[in-house]
Parts: sequence; C-alpha cells; structure tokens
Amino acid sequence: MNAQTPSSEKLARFNVSPARRRRDRIARGTILAATVLALIPLLLIVYYLLSKGLSSWSPSFFTTDPTGNTFFKSSSIGGIKSAIFGTIEMVALASVIAVPIGVGVAVWLVEYGKNSWFAQLVRFFIDVLTGVPSIVFGLFIYIVLIVGTGSSFAGYKGALALSLLMLPVVTRSAEVILLLVPGALRESALALGAPRWRVIFSIVLPTALPGMVTGVLLAVARAAGETAPLLFTAAAAKATSFNLGGFMNSLPVQIYSDVTSPTTAVVNRAWGAALTLVVMILLLNLIARLIARRSRLA
Amino acid sequence: MEAASIPGGGERSILGRSPLARFPDRALKYGLTVLAGLILALIVYFFFRLVGEAKPAFAKFGVLGFTFDNDWNVNAEQFGALPLVVGTLITSGLALLMGVPVAVATAVYVTELSPRRVRGPITVLIELLAAVPSVVYGLWGIFFLAPKLQPAEQWVADRLSFVPFIGGGIATIPNYFVTGLVLAIMILPIVSALSREVMATVPLDHKEAALGLGATRWEMIRIAVLPYCRSGIVGGAMLGLGRAIGETIAVTILIGDAPQLGGHLFGQGYSLAASIANEFGEAQGLHRSALFAAALVLFVLTLLVNGVARTFVLRAAKPGSSKPIEGAAQAADAADAAAGA
Repeated sequence: MNAQTPSSEKLARFNVSPARRRRDRIARGTILAATVLALIPLLLIVYYLLSKGLSSWSPSFFTTDPTGNTFFKSSSIGGIKSAIFGTIEMVALASVIAVPIGVGVAVWLVEYGKNSWFAQLVRFFIDVLTGVPSIVFGLFIYIVLIVGTGSSFAGYKGALALSLLMLPVVTRSAEVILLLVPGALRESALALGAPRWRVIFSIVLPTALPGMVTGVLLAVARAAGETAPLLFTAAAAKATSFNLGGFMNSLPVQIYSDVTSPTTAVVNRAWGAALTLVVMILLLNLIARLIARRSRLA
Repeated sequence: MEAASIPGGGERSILGRSPLARFPDRALKYGLTVLAGLILALIVYFFFRLVGEAKPAFAKFGVLGFTFDNDWNVNAEQFGALPLVVGTLITSGLALLMGVPVAVATAVYVTELSPRRVRGPITVLIELLAAVPSVVYGLWGIFFLAPKLQPAEQWVADRLSFVPFIGGGIATIPNYFVTGLVLAIMILPIVSALSREVMATVPLDHKEAALGLGATRWEMIRIAVLPYCRSGIVGGAMLGLGRAIGETIAVTILIGDAPQLGGHLFGQGYSLAASIANEFGEAQGLHRSALFAAALVLFVLTLLVNGVARTFVLRAAKPGSSKPIEGAAQAADAADAAAGA
C-alpha cells in the first residue's frame, strides 16, 4: 500500500495537462482572492468606526442632548443622549406591536392555515412586505397617521413604521421555527385530551421559543438601524423625551443629520453615534446567535 | 375520562367538550384568522392610499409621462422622474455587476474549496456586513471611500476618455460609481447566503461523477456545481437587486442629489428613494404628490424584481427534494433579518 500510493498519485497528476492544471490554479486563486476582497470592507468599516468613533466617546457624549449648536467647539454641540433613548423607546414599542402580531400570524399559518389558498395568499403578502423599501413604510404611516389625522410627527408613529418593517421578518422566522416543532409532540398532547389552544400555548410555543427569540432579536436589530421610516414619522428632536406622542430623536436620524454638517465636530459626533449604534446592533446579533446555538430545534 | 367524570354529561359523547370548553379554541382560531386577514387588508389599504396621494401628479403628467420624462424641476413644478429612475437603475445595476460575482465566489469558496476550520468564521464575517446599518454605510462611504477613490476614478476617466459614459468627465466625491460600490457591499451578504444554501444542495453524486471522470476542482465546480445552482444564484441576485433599488439613506448620502440625468459614471445623480428622503420634508402640493408617485414607481419596481426573484429561488429548489425550498427561503429570511438596510 505504502509503495503504491505515491505512484498512483503521480499517475493521477500526470493525466491532467499543464494547461488544465494552470486553469484550475488560476480559478481557485481568483475565488480565494474574491473571498478575501469581500472581507476587506468589513475590516475597513470596523477600523474606521473604532478609530473615529472612540475618540468622540466621553461620559458627556452619552449624558447630554445635542444642542443644535454647530458653530463652536465640540464641547458645545452636545452628545447623543436623546438619540439613544429615542431609539430604545421606539424600537421597544415597535417590538411590542410587531412580535405578538407576527408570532400570531405565524401560529395561524402553521397550525390552522397550512396550505389553504388563504394561507398562501397571506404568505405572498408577507413576502411582498419583506421587499417593500423601508422609506415606503415611512410614507404609508405618513399618509395614514399624519395626512389622515392632520397631526404632527410623533414617536409612536415612528414605532409603527418600524413595526411594519419588523412584521414580515418576525412572521417568516417564527413560521420556519414552528414548522420544526415535531408533529409527535402536538399529537401526544392532543391524545392526552388537551384542547388545541393548550397545545399551542403549553407545547408548541414553549418548544419553539428559543428559535423565535433569535428571529425577533434579528428583527429588532434591523429596526434599530433604520433611518428612512423615521424621517417623516418621528422626525428629529433635540431633547430627551419619554413622551411617545411627541417628536422623538433616534440614533440613525441623528447620524443622518450630522453627516451633512460642514463642522468637523458634528461629523465626529456622527462617528461616535454610529459606533454606539453598531455596538448595540452587534450585541443583539451576538445574543441572537448564542440563543440560536442553544436552541434544540434547527 | 375527564368528560366522563363530569356529572350530568348527558348526551355528549365521551370525547366531546362542552360548548364553553370549546370556546377558547374557536376564539383562538377565528382571532388568528382575522389577524392574518387584517394584515392583507392593511397592505391593500396602504397601497390604495398611496395611489390616491400620487394621483394629482399622475393626472398632470400622465403615468408614462411622469415615469419617462427627463425633467425634474421643483421650482418650475415639472416632475418627470426619468433621472431618478435611471439613477436607481444605474446604481443598482453597478451593485449587481460588482457584488454578485464576489458573492458567488465567496459561496463557492466556503462550500467547495475552503478548509473546514475557516468555513464558519468567513460565513459569520460576511453575515456581519448585513448588520451594519445603512446610514453607517453612507457615513463611511462619503468620508472614507469616496475621497480615497476619487483620484483613481479621475485616472480611469482620463485614460478611458474615448469610452462613452465612463470617460471624459470630472470625478466628483459623491457619484454613481461609489454609490454602486457601497450598494454592492450591502447586497453581498444576502446574495452570498442564498448562493451558499443552493450550493449545499448540489448532490454529492454529481460532484463525485465529475471528479471521477478526471475533472479538476475548478472543472468540477464549472460542470457540476454552477449549472445546478444557476436559478438559485439568479434568484439571489434578483433579491439583492430589489434590496439595492429600495435602499434609501446610503444612496441619498452618496449619490450627490443632482436631479438631472448624470452624464457619466463618476458624476452626481439622483435616485427615486433619495429624492423622497431628500425633498419630502419641504414638499408641498404637486411636489409632494410627485414624491408619492415616485414612491409608487419604486414600490412597483421592487415588487416586480422580488416577484421574479422568488420564482427563480423556488425553481432552484425544485430539482432536489422539498427540503431545499425551506433551506433557500430560510436563508433569504435570515439574510433579510440581519440586514440593516
């Protein structure tokens, strides 16, 4: 055996012409190079975020509101406290709206709708929602709640726009997880005499919970980074607000308005805010991945 | 058992429940059905309200006139969205051109060529690209990428001055090319994830048959893997296209917001989504209606592209068992979920 292996390998190599071997090597090299190329932007973004963002982080950066003052030193332009609170409040409200509805629709699709024409129609519309550009969600809410009611921007309107964006993500991911719950579990519970609603609430949902938490966290992370739906629904504000009925600031909108400023200090605040936002989103992603790994399904 | 122990169960069958006990079941079933129906109603309602708001602009310029006239002049109240449509198509086309080959290459590398150890880390790193919010891409693009690329763009424009659209002009910092490049980075995770899912479904037999006939690794990929995955890759690319067309904030920051038909690749332009984000705040009357009309055009465009994409993804899943369908759809959803776009 030992004596045979090298010779057969040699023979195999011999059969491939140099031109084909060269082409193979070039193609594999190109594929490797493209993969490395794909990783470069991430490294550059992380590097620039850290180098620019960390230098504008300071205790006062997180504890003061933006002043709207853009002509003087960095100390007078203020921090991003209102933006952080605004993002947390609106994303929390959006989750409270989108998660029960999204999970409810997913439960209906898996437990009741199954493959009926109506369920297929609902799936199609959820897919449509997935593809709608985020700024169009903002305009939907604008038309209905601002033109429609004649009132002004408000935090809860921004949260509604975000919840529209989260809804398809929550529904689709919950549906995929619910389908993985073994049918034998449902049947055992039904055989023991449990009614359908108890099967759903005591067996199906608890089994699917970890997997669904992952989908929800990814949806939350997506909503937290959105600017476009908030521009014309919650607008921007300077002061920290805990009133979801009033104007509300948020991290993405704060960054967007700071990007266009000619003042270096304001642009630096945008970098600091961007780093804050990315850290928040990456933490959510990390938690989601850890929970996904723990999950017994999938 | 339970039913039998209740005194006065009377005529009910032993397995039946009293109407009261059946109530929560009925309530849950009909409640959830109504919920699902409400979502449909809501989407249809939104669509008709959007059409209603866009009507004045369409009435004044005509649907085709609005979409294909090259004249977007806010002061003169002239709204022909061709510059915006073309800007959207140029930048998302560039994104496909640059993003898809790289995304497919990463998928090939991860599924066919990479050592097992680096497979996980590369996948996670590419998926992290989807976690970066779009406004951060805009910030990074305008303050880092665009200034760094400008000299190179000018060099290319000078050298290739005889090529229409590419050469001749002056490279500005916000331009079509940088926008397309950043969009390419943004669609990379979803196209890569879908391609990877589809490539994982290539039957081992096909690959082994190719290798057994003496194919090199690359020939095996070319003969066995890529043709098998073609519709899946096209579907993934179309989903990426839909994402690129609808992308708003990064494009608004990077494209330069010049409402005319950009003459060349390294010049400023405009897009449908960017015009809405940029002008809606101050828009009144006909202008506002024109922006709603632009949103409608954008909505229909993404709907078409996504529809085509879903068809391709589903077709890609057909040759195998029913499992790939779920796999592909799941990958699309995961990428959707992770995308900060």
